[in-house]
This record gives sequence, C-alpha cells and structure tokens, in this order.
Amino acid sequence: MSWWTRPASDTQVTHGDRFWLYVVASVIMLLLVLPTFIVIPMSFSDSQYLEFPPSNWSTRWYEVYLGSTKWMRATATSVQVGIITMLVATPLGTMAAYALFVSGHRAAKALFMFLITPMIVPVILIAIGTFYAYGRMGLNNTITGLVLAHTAMAIPLVMIVITAALRSYDLNQERVARSLGATRLKAFFLITLPQIKFSVVTTALLSFLTSFDEVIIAIFVSGGVNATLTKHMFAALRDFIDPTIAAISTIMVLVSTILLLMTQFIGVKEK
Amino acid sequence: MTAADVEKTAQSGKPLHGEALRRQHTREQWTLLSLAAPAMIVVVLIILIPVGWLFYLSFVGSSGEFSMEHYRKMVEYKSYARVFLTTFQVSVLTTLICIFIGYPLSYFLALLPARLVGIFMLAVLLPFWTSLLVRTYAWLVLLQKKGLLNDFAMQIGLWDSPVKLVHNMTGTLIGMAHIMLPFLVLPLYNAMKKIDRDLMYAAANLGASPAGAFWKVYFPLSLPGMVAGSLIVFVLCLGFYVTPAVLGGGRVIMVATQITAILENQFDWGAASALGVVLLVATVLFLYMAARLFKFDAALFGKG
Repeated sequence: MSWWTRPASDTQVTHGDRFWLYVVASVIMLLLVLPTFIVIPMSFSDSQYLEFPPSNWSTRWYEVYLGSTKWMRATATSVQVGIITMLVATPLGTMAAYALFVSGHRAAKALFMFLITPMIVPVILIAIGTFYAYGRMGLNNTITGLVLAHTAMAIPLVMIVITAALRSYDLNQERVARSLGATRLKAFFLITLPQIKFSVVTTALLSFLTSFDEVIIAIFVSGGVNATLTKHMFAALRDFIDPTIAAISTIMVLVSTILLLMTQFIGVKEK
Repeated sequence: MTAADVEKTAQSGKPLHGEALRRQHTREQWTLLSLAAPAMIVVVLIILIPVGWLFYLSFVGSSGEFSMEHYRKMVEYKSYARVFLTTFQVSVLTTLICIFIGYPLSYFLALLPARLVGIFMLAVLLPFWTSLLVRTYAWLVLLQKKGLLNDFAMQIGLWDSPVKLVHNMTGTLIGMAHIMLPFLVLPLYNAMKKIDRDLMYAAANLGASPAGAFWKVYFPLSLPGMVAGSLIVFVLCLGFYVTPAVLGGGRVIMVATQITAILENQFDWGAASALGVVLLVATVLFLYMAARLFKFDAALFGKG
C-alpha cells in the first residue's frame, strides 16, 4: 500500500484525501517563514534601491553598518539593555512565579493577574505613560529607564513559562527535603531549581529578545546617545529606506533564529 | 516558645502548638509574598503609575479643572470617528484573514504525529520571535512596485502593470496578518489537541462521512479555541502601531498612530490620554470575553 492510499487517521481518511490540506498548510508555512529570510539576500545587494533579486552582490551595507558610529552606538545600547533586562527580569519573574505558585494564598491569583498586566495593556499606552512619568523623574533617554520598562514587559513572559514548569514538577520533593531539615531556600536551590533550570534559561533568552526587539517604548523613552537599534530602524523605515537596514535585519534574524533554536533544543532536553 | 508559654497553652486546653504553627504559617506566607514584591514594584512603576497618571490627565480640561471635554471631542469630531472606523476595519479584516489562513494550518499541525510537530511548529514560532520591524521591512521590499510579488503576478498574468500593494490598506493588512497569525494558531492548535479523537471514531462508526464528522463534531469543538484566538488577535490589532505606520505610509491612521500624532503635533496630553483610555477599556472588555470563553473551553473538556 502506498503512502497515498494509506489511512492517515483512525477514520480511514487517506493521505491522498488529505493531500490538499498538506499543500495548503505548506504554502501557508512558506508564506510565514520566507518573507523574513528575504532580508538575507537583500543585505548583500550592491544597489541603493530595494531591488529583488539583487543584480550585483556586495557587502557594502555591512561595511556601512560597521563603520557608522550611530549604528554601532545603537547596537551597543540594545545589547546592553537586553542583557541587563535579562539579568533583572529572569530572577524577579522566577521569584514571583515561585512565591505565588507555592503560597496558595487567597491573593495569589489576583497578584498573578496584576503581574501579567504588562502583556494586556496596549504597548502604546505603556509607552506614552512611561514617557510622561519618566519626564517627571528624569529617566527619559537613560539606560535605567529603558531597562525598567523592558523588565516590566518581560516579567509576564517569565511568570507564565516558570508557572507552567512548576505545574509539571512535583512540589512534594521540596517538602521531603524540608522535612529532612533543609531550609526552604536550600530546598529551592538544591531540589527545585535544578529541575526547572531549562525553563529558567528559556525565559532568560526570551527576556533578552523581548527587550532587544522592543520598538514602541524605545521610540518614546530612548534617545540621544542611548537610542536603541529599533528606534533608529523605525525612523529609517518610516522616513527614508536605507539599505543598511537589510544588513541589520539579517543580523537580527540570525540572533532570533539562534535563540529560538536554543530554546527548542532545551525544550527537547527537558522532556 | 518559652516554658511559660507552653504551660499557658497546656492550661487553656488548646492544641499545644496550634498558635505557634499558625503564626509560623502566616510568617511564611508573608515571606513568600515578599518574594513577589520586587516584580510588583516594577509593574507598579511602569504600568500602574503611568497609566493611572494618563487616566487622570484624560479628565483634566484645558482650564486645568475636571472636564469631560477630551471624551466629548471624540464623539463630536468627525476625524475621531474616521480613526475609530479605520481601527475597527483593520482589526476585523486582519482577524478574518488570520482565521481563514490559520484554521487550516492549525488543523494540519493538530493532525501531525507528535515527533513532527516540533519541526513544523518552528514555522509558526520563528516569525513569532523575529523582530516585528524586520518582518515589516521584508514586506516593504516584497510588496513595492518593483517588488517580487508584483513581478511574479505580472509574469503569471494576474495583472499587467505594477499594482500599488504597499503604503495603503492592502499592505497594512498583509503585514498585520503575517504578524498576528501565530496569536491565532497557538491557542487554536491547543484547543484542537484537546479534542478527543474517540469522538471522531464514534462519528465515523455511526455512519458520518469524514467531511460530515469534521463539520458536525470537530469544527464545533474547535470553535471556543478559534473564537478565543480571534479575540486575542482582534485586541492586539486595536493597539497596533509599527506595521500600520510603516506599511500604511500615512494613509492608514489607527488609534495608536493618532495618539502619537496628537503628541507630536499638538502636544495635547489630555486628548492623547483619553484616546489611550478608550483603547484600554476596549482591550480589557474583549479580553474579558476571551477569558470567559477559555473557561467555557476548560469546562467542556474537563481540564484547562
């Protein structure tokens, strides 16, 4: 029996019957993935204009990018803010997720809802709100202000992933450790953390990406020497399309792909 | 606990350690909640205070006193009506495109054997984790007059001269649908995975054709997931900024675009805040509906 006439499910529908679905789904998946990768050949174009496929190849846009103080400065800011956000949001979110999950307090559910509000409130509102508040506090155009806002954006993500990990983990193990004399702190670090460590690493990577890719808050509260990569990119896209964007985009796609593959790999390992 | 304490509790006839245990439990609860405090401080600082401030500003009139003028303007001025209409239009159309494209894709993913799901899921997750700006830029390249899509369409004879696909509504919708699709596919896929395959057996056993079983059994069961996913997409569209600003080329003015325009041109914090408050209220309302549907979903299938 060939693959075509073999039943694809319990109800005897064959792969042949379902072939149209495979075709439709494949086209959709290509449409989802390909547009992102188009920036790679674009970035090696020799032309000033957005032509595709490029007629001549060169690495001139990478040279422009690497030679530009403005872009280098912005990259440094984005990486710096991303790393600090990752280092702050991961422990803060993990601590909160653990506390709310373990306590079983009446208020825990309400607090959880409160902590994931950065995901619910429209970003534009957070952006103008922090811009206004930072204006009073002198935090506009500072790394601290940007890190604080990005940490708030990353916390819900960390909380959701860590809570899911704790749900599939047997907390009785921690109780056993404590009944044998370990303090809660010791039990957490020796028993619980090693078992959710892959989820913690995943949230760290996702926190970095949340900050690194964030546009709207950065447009408002970052500026001057502390403007982010995304802020400059947005300005360039809206006003004048500079092919350097293609080179930067390629680098950003590579960063996302590598981080995503890392989380997938970690996910497989944890199972 | 001192010896005197022990004696006192023993005399009172209460369980010996009851009091102490209760006290310890309360203390531990507080210790635990204090672990959540740093995260809460950040959220209070970045969300509660700024958004509360905007809420307050939206009720302050030009004379500096309490007034509803910013909200009244929204009802009275034609320009606002146009912005609301565009926002609603873009959000509804994007949601519909996402359902139309996302349903078959989710169904395909739900049918895959477990070992293949991870690989195909990457097609959904990769765009999800790629910068929005990069994807918006990619569509700008693809959709322009001399872009790949126009070339391809003319080559296969769909149209003769280049069609304007970007810096208008078409471009905005294409870009938005591409960005929103994962938000529909992920919840819909999860809902589909929870549908008991035995129900399809039963339907087939009772004489339903494959198509009949799908439409009468599978599709209705996948509806809560689809509606919840659609509401999420719809809500995210309402507040979207980057893609309409770039791919709309100034012709697609949505609420978020209008908020920044008010701030840039008129520096009118009251008007911008009022618009933001309306956006927030709409978002919360729709999400509340989505949450209710998810619960319905969980009740239906036993576990959430």
